[in-house]
This record gives sequence, structure tokens and C-alpha cells, in this order.
Amino acid sequence: MADPLMLWISALLVVVMWAAALSALLLKSHLAAVVSTSLLSLGLSLLFVLLRAPDVALTEGVVGAGLSSLILALALIRLGLVGGSPREREVLSETVGDKPVTERGSQQ
Amino acid sequence: MTLAIILYTGAIGLLVIGLAGVVMSSHLFRMLLGLVIAEAGANLLLILAGYRWGGAAPIWQAGQFPTTMVDPVPQAMVLTAIVIGVGVQALAIALLIRHRHYSGTLQRTGGLNQLQADLDREAGVRHTRSSDAPTLNPLTEVEHVH
Repeated sequence: MADPLMLWISALLVVVMWAAALSALLLKSHLAAVVSTSLLSLGLSLLFVLLRAPDVALTEGVVGAGLSSLILALALIRLGLVGGSPREREVLSETVGDKPVTERGSQQ
Repeated sequence: MTLAIILYTGAIGLLVIGLAGVVMSSHLFRMLLGLVIAEAGANLLLILAGYRWGGAAPIWQAGQFPTTMVDPVPQAMVLTAIVIGVGVQALAIALLIRHRHYSGTLQRTGGLNQLQADLDREAGVRHTRSSDAPTLNPLTEVEHVH
């Protein structure tokens, strides 16, 4: 565990995870923030492999980086936070088959 | 030793960044992302707590008995916590969708303003000033409609 390669890989992963966490909170685009969260989960999964927890790494990679990002991205469409122009939102809604919620009690 | 300092700093830093995001965000979706970040930091901290330096992975192979092994109990807990975290995330998204239905916005004070407007309309009173204006006690600053 004390070999220098391990040290440098861990330090790199920690820096990547911090950068992903900060950009998830600071970036203007919500889609970029969701992608940053996915990157954070991916770095965490690699770190779990280094920490001798392969089962947790597997779960974190599938559930944390995959399913969680999928849920967040679908929520972006439903909440109308993705797509700059109305035309872009229309194309996104048609592609995924979901519509953003805008007004009280009705879907747009 | 250096490795331990780096890893613990990373885990606690992620926890702090996530909690700061939850507390300081003005947009509800950013609050949810802060919660996800804090959860990742907490998971890493738990795995680090069960780590034994120089230990092997807790997987039994026939004929091999490792002398030191990392603690498998925190790993099982974190395995559960990851899945529960995704469930909490889905619940929060459902609440966000309901909030958007209700108030039409995802700003932090949007739901409160909408609730105040609805209450005022039902009670037949109206505010004399903007709901965002600085007052000592905003709930008493109303004027009766005759």
C-alpha cells in the first residue's frame, strides 16, 4: 500500500473528485453539473478498487455513476432545466418521450 | 501515512463541499447535487474507517488464508448506503417535480412566496409591499381588503 504509484494515483483521484464536486456546484449548465456528479462517482469507484473493496466499487460504478446519472438526467428534462431554446426542448421531449412540467397542474 | 492524510482529506473535503452546496445554494436542484456529493464523501469516509493498512480484499479463496484483511462490515454498510442514496435521490426528484408543479419555479424561496400568495388570496388579505422587501416581521405587514 505504501508504494509511490498508489500514492500518486490516489492523489490524482482525490484532485479529480474535488474538481468534479466543485464544478457540479459552480457550473452554469445543469447538464454539465450532472455529468460532473457522474465523474465524481466514477473517481470514487476507482478509489474503492484501490482500497480493496471491489464489490463496493462495482456497485458504485453501476448504481452511482450509471443509474443515478440516468435518474438525474431524466429529471432535468422533466424539470425543464436542459436545452437553451424552446425548439431544443421540444426535440429533447420528443426523443425521450417525456415533457417538462411548467404550469400548475398541467404539462406543457 | 501521507496516503492516509490525502485520503482522509479527500473524504472530509467532499463532505464539506457537499454540505456547503446544500446550505448555500439558491436553486433546489443544486441542493440535490450537494446532497449527492456529501453522500459520496460519507461513503469514502466509511470505507476508509474499515481499511487495514496492507490488508487483502475480504474475498475468501480456497486454500488461502490472508493474515490481514480489510474490515468487510463497513463495506457491506456502504454497499447498502449507495443503493439507499439513489432511492433518496429519486424521492427528492419527485418532491422537486411537485414543487415545480406548485410554484412554477425551483428557486429556494419560490415555494414560500407561492404559499404566501395562496394564503393571502384565501384569507382575503393582500400584501402592501413586495414579498422580497426587507421587513422585521413580513407576516404581519398586510392590509385588509374591504
